[in-house]
Amino acid sequence: MKTNVLFRLIAGTAALLPVAAQAGPTLDAVKARGVLNCGVSTGTSIGKSTLDDSGNWTGFEADFCRAVAAAILGDATAVEFVPLEFKNAFASLQSGSVDMLARSATWTLSRDAELGFEWAGVYLYDGQGFLVSKASGVTSAEQLDGASICVTSGTTTELNLADYFRTKGMSYTPITVGSPDQSIANLEAGRCDAYTNEVGGLASYRLGLSDPAAYTILPDVISKEPLGPVVRQDDPQFEDVVEWTLYALVIAEEFGLTKDGVAQAAATTQRPEMRRFLGAEGEFGAKLGLPNDWAVKVIQATGNYGELFERTLGSQSDAGIARGVNRLWSEGGLLYAPPVR
Amino acid sequence: MKTHVPDVGRGHRLVRGLGSRRSASSLLAWAVALVAAGITLPDIVGWALVDATWVAEDRAGCDPAGACWAFVVNRLPQFAFGFYPPEERWRAAVALAWPLVSLAIALGPGFRRRAAVVAAALAFYPPVAGLLLLGGLLGLPRVPTSQWGGMTMTVFVGTVAFVAAFPIGLGLALARRSSLPALRLLGTGFIEIWRGLPLIAVLFIAVVMVPLALPPGTELPRLVLALVGITLYTSSYLAEVFRGGLQSLGAGQGEAASALGFTYWSAQRYVVVPQALMAVVPGILNTVVALFKDTTYVLVVGLFDFLSIVSAAVADPRWLGLATEGYVFVGLVYWAFCFLLSRVSARIERDIGRGRERGRSA
Repeated sequence: MKTNVLFRLIAGTAALLPVAAQAGPTLDAVKARGVLNCGVSTGTSIGKSTLDDSGNWTGFEADFCRAVAAAILGDATAVEFVPLEFKNAFASLQSGSVDMLARSATWTLSRDAELGFEWAGVYLYDGQGFLVSKASGVTSAEQLDGASICVTSGTTTELNLADYFRTKGMSYTPITVGSPDQSIANLEAGRCDAYTNEVGGLASYRLGLSDPAAYTILPDVISKEPLGPVVRQDDPQFEDVVEWTLYALVIAEEFGLTKDGVAQAAATTQRPEMRRFLGAEGEFGAKLGLPNDWAVKVIQATGNYGELFERTLGSQSDAGIARGVNRLWSEGGLLYAPPVR
Repeated sequence: MKTHVPDVGRGHRLVRGLGSRRSASSLLAWAVALVAAGITLPDIVGWALVDATWVAEDRAGCDPAGACWAFVVNRLPQFAFGFYPPEERWRAAVALAWPLVSLAIALGPGFRRRAAVVAAALAFYPPVAGLLLLGGLLGLPRVPTSQWGGMTMTVFVGTVAFVAAFPIGLGLALARRSSLPALRLLGTGFIEIWRGLPLIAVLFIAVVMVPLALPPGTELPRLVLALVGITLYTSSYLAEVFRGGLQSLGAGQGEAASALGFTYWSAQRYVVVPQALMAVVPGILNTVVALFKDTTYVLVVGLFDFLSIVSAAVADPRWLGLATEGYVFVGLVYWAFCFLLSRVSARIERDIGRGRERGRSA
């Protein structure tokens, strides 16, 4: 693809320049600036980064930026959101124009290996799913044998769909069109039984239907789309900060620490691991180059992972996505954080 | 040449009433447009006006039969001023209104030295509006460029780039026609390089590549980098427009001026450049219109102009599905701006024409 060539060109050129060779300057730069420059979508990513009526950034990824800013600067509002189109996002990160990306970037081998970036973990395990009308009574993708399925032409979703049905030994009729809008129109007109795309996208396209409540996203996910924060490869210290901000959200949910309750818990808890995590004991923040109460600030900024998810993407949001695999490992999900010690 | 209008009864009177053949042809164009639009005109009016909802809290509060202008109404401050703090918006309003008022003066009734007033208003715009928006002095709170946006951003970028590019372009055009080979080469090279690159690439270089070459730790606002890029790009286009004007004059004007004892610079200032500029007014305005529309590329470097802030608003879950209203609004606003510019151009051309006629009869 053309844009890929551009990424490589820019990333390759950038790698030759001296600034890219310096280690660990990002954290110092953010502290000196007093603001985290965070690359997000151009306000078009529903549930992840959109603008509300008063011009505030809302959504999962916008709040993740706030969590990182809270960890470093103790202030969740110290974020400069930089709206970036996907095709320019990686180059902007490479140039230092932003400190990190929270911009629905799927972690793949080629991006990890060929571009000078590092994924600081996975904050959303997305994947390809199906949108069906509730009236159809379908509750699982396994019931779609013989169905006609709307899909966008020329995408990996088309390939994933074929793979999935072949693996399951089921048949289907693809209704292939050029854009998601047309697919949604086809679904609404009953020309197909299901529409397939990434679940996060389905949730937002669903809202464009005239009666979104009459449609539902099936729980099955047929491909892997791990989305995570992206940082420059040459700065392991900053990568650690972003990575542990994500872990802090997960650990907070494990410990049952909430946005409102964390301050009190930090003052009163006697559990050693919680005391270490919340900075009441030891110097664990300092090891990351952060204040000792960094985790408290993160949790106060966005709540724990569960609160963050439910507020922006889950049950309390317009998108209403089920948590699926984005649950704690102890509850059968994929979220797992190393211990603080 | 005498204009012959055939007698076609009422139509003839109508045409004669409007005075000239040019009006007749524009009348015809309007008629064609109306007939073409007539098929759907009632639908358009019904959608846009009759069934439209103007006040609502979200999309659910809008009548699905008509346009949901409530979306545009609710978001208007954001569309106009971006993320500028509400209590400081008067500053953005001044920066937004300034170029429009200048254009209105250019269009309004004539008065002595009107052209000079308009030129001064535009020339002072970049520093004054820039400092007004940025603040940090005279008791104005500082508002970082990251909070600027919307129409203010579009108008600011367009005006500043034009005002800054005008002298640079003039200098480049003179350099390109200079008798000094080094200067000529420099001018030609500059023009060909910047004009040969797509604006999107220029912006990309300005904001992504330039910081890589700066000493580490230096951080320039993206807006400044983008402005530099757009200015250089526009100046190369203007330079070629100006060169067209200079070449249309012929060598005689400059030679006559130097025969009368003018130095090179005073000959340029009093004889050559004024005549050259008058000859290329439509070309200049053409470049301005293109520049105004091109400002939307600043999204490439993470700045929210008018179009991109509306695109973002269209994806707000509370207003989802109202892309038509959003983009119709954007289209109308852009069209109004460009139409205003084209009227200004027509006015300047007419004034120049009148001046020439006076000169001829004297």
